[in-house]
Amino acid sequence: MEHALVFLPLLGSIISGFFGRYIGDRNSEIVTSLFVTISAVLSLIIFYEVTINNYENNLVIITWINSGLLDVNWSIKVDTVSSVMLVVVCLVSSIVHIYSIGYMSHDPHKTRFMAYLSLFTFAMLMLVTSDNFLQLFFGWEGVGLCSYFLIGFWFKKDSANAAAIKAFIVNRVGDFGFALGIFLIFYVFGTVNYDEVFSQIPQSINKEISFLGMNLKVVDLICILLFIGAMGKSAQFLLHTWLPDAMEGPTPVSALIHAATMVTAGVFLVVRCSPIFEYSQIALNIICVVGMTTAFFAATVALVQNDIKKIIAYSTCSQLGYMFFAAGVGAYNVAMFHLFTHAFFKALLFLGSGSVIHSFKGEQDIRNMGGVWKKMPYTWILMIIGTLALTGFPFLSGYYSKDAIIEFAYLKGNTVGYYAVAVGIFTALLTAIYSWRLIFKTFHSNYENKKLKIETIHESSYVMLLPLTILAFGSIFTGFFFKELFIGYSSSNDFWANSIKFLSPLSAHHPPLWIVYLTPVVVVLSIPVSYYLFLKNKNITNWLVKENKPLYNFLLNKWYFDELYDYLFIRPIKTLGIFFWKIIDIQTIDRFGPDGISSLIKKLSNKAVKFQSGFIYQYAFIILLGFSAFLTYLIII
Amino acid sequence: MIDIGLGHYLTLGAIIFTIGIVGIFLNRKNIIVILMCIELILLAVNINLVSFSVFFNDLIGQIFALFILTVAAAEAAIGLAIIVAYYRNTGTVHVEEINSLKG
Repeated sequence: MEHALVFLPLLGSIISGFFGRYIGDRNSEIVTSLFVTISAVLSLIIFYEVTINNYENNLVIITWINSGLLDVNWSIKVDTVSSVMLVVVCLVSSIVHIYSIGYMSHDPHKTRFMAYLSLFTFAMLMLVTSDNFLQLFFGWEGVGLCSYFLIGFWFKKDSANAAAIKAFIVNRVGDFGFALGIFLIFYVFGTVNYDEVFSQIPQSINKEISFLGMNLKVVDLICILLFIGAMGKSAQFLLHTWLPDAMEGPTPVSALIHAATMVTAGVFLVVRCSPIFEYSQIALNIICVVGMTTAFFAATVALVQNDIKKIIAYSTCSQLGYMFFAAGVGAYNVAMFHLFTHAFFKALLFLGSGSVIHSFKGEQDIRNMGGVWKKMPYTWILMIIGTLALTGFPFLSGYYSKDAIIEFAYLKGNTVGYYAVAVGIFTALLTAIYSWRLIFKTFHSNYENKKLKIETIHESSYVMLLPLTILAFGSIFTGFFFKELFIGYSSSNDFWANSIKFLSPLSAHHPPLWIVYLTPVVVVLSIPVSYYLFLKNKNITNWLVKENKPLYNFLLNKWYFDELYDYLFIRPIKTLGIFFWKIIDIQTIDRFGPDGISSLIKKLSNKAVKFQSGFIYQYAFIILLGFSAFLTYLIII
Repeated sequence: MIDIGLGHYLTLGAIIFTIGIVGIFLNRKNIIVILMCIELILLAVNINLVSFSVFFNDLIGQIFALFILTVAAAEAAIGLAIIVAYYRNTGTVHVEEINSLKG
């Protein structure tokens, strides 16, 4: 069963990718969607088994590397954490596959698209089911590769290619840290298998190692290096710049890769390595601070963006920040819970925005939309459900997970925790405001698009709306149904079993009531406020923008991160590259190497060719001279 | 009266040989002249052979000379035939213009 679950997407990808042109577009779509849907059903069965029967398994497929100490298997590890990830990945992936049939209906490269989607699903499954760091790294790079393919799917657009390369390179920065972390783990523990590493951790918490001239504790260093990898993949502060640009890809890709699954791989890594992170308070604090900063930063930027997908992308970034600070305060189960619920409502929002973009024939600027809610009522309702869930409206899924994060941060009880609470609540407010701004600007107000007539705007097809409906149910109910299981104070330790390690059990106290009620109240109040700001009385917003022009520009330009990186890294590296190209390569190596030798030979042969005059008498003369010289030589000697 | 000895014959042969060689190199006009010069060189060789044959009282040298004359005749015939064929193709037998071997 597990084998089928993991390898069916790969099979679908191979069929669609290599034989798509023989079996046709429609058949490839059916094959890939069907296989991934089967995987999704299997994942639900496994999740059920894990939940009810405490099923755990580690299936070894084949030995990968067996060399000296290094003993690595390809394997499928099923435990609570991976089963939760399996459900998220397979379910969202199957929904996105089906949705793509509708969304990509006008695209000439359907088979390639489906093959990439399935391949991505396979890589993600390899990532979550691995039982060692090396297979994890394989999946990690596999999803990065598929992300590159899919961001650059419309390869005729320059901006898409640039975004794809940017995503790849920024991820390399994180992966460098991640790889160093794995090397260090192998260096210290002599193995890369989770179980063996985790069991050795408690004995080696006091080991020290010299790194960059500093004496650091091994555990701290490992955690920080692993977290750098997670930062890259999960688009955390400082390494986030690729995520908004990744929106160049088709919208289903954004929903699957850049909202629900791949970007959560970083969170998964931290949760999976909780037995290591638990021993490193420094690393946890760093995670917490980075998570908070990301949540706050991304929310402020999302406030003023105008591209519908970029707003949601920054929102994703912000929610990933929440997950990290949940992990940072030691509430790994809450991080997983938020990951779980977030996958549903963020995929819903992305696919909903895809539906809007599809109707507007590729228009993504919310200033060119508006007033179409009657034209596309289903999309409108589904988007509102997604928004309510995202903002944490009471009793929808986001409410349970986000509030839990804030509560656990409070229960942590140290400075970082209290700071996290403040940032968390303020970010929740910002989240609500930018989400409602998106809804009001897109669906309400006046119709602003000058290129399309309002009559041409129509509801999307059922093949797109049906997946959205499933996600909407997920967004509404997952929080309510699974909260007891995931983060319930009584049953949680049983559910997570050995897959998450808590050094000290999470505090069972309840935070003061005002903390519990503050976020929902703020969130609910923000609806009429944003209604007033963005719909009823736009003068106030315009006035605010005019009064705070520098701040507005600061946010609109994403805190000038791209410009800063351009100045700090790209230009010096480009100058260096041009130096190496022009001076070292062309002026030195080529000049004295290939070019120099070839021009020397050319000069010599130009000289030599003069001997070949073509006059027989000259040849004869030279023969005679040579003959005489030869004779003279023979006679003299 | 001087005795005409071997040295004189050899000198004559050498002179004719040199004339032939120089003729080949200094000739700038006609390719037939080159052919004639080659004949001269062969003649010079013949003179050498005959003189040595007389000097040593050995008939083989003179027989060789006869062979060489035969071969020279054949060579001249072939050479002239090549020149005629060449003239038909290019319309010229001027030495200055025959340089299609030029690299």
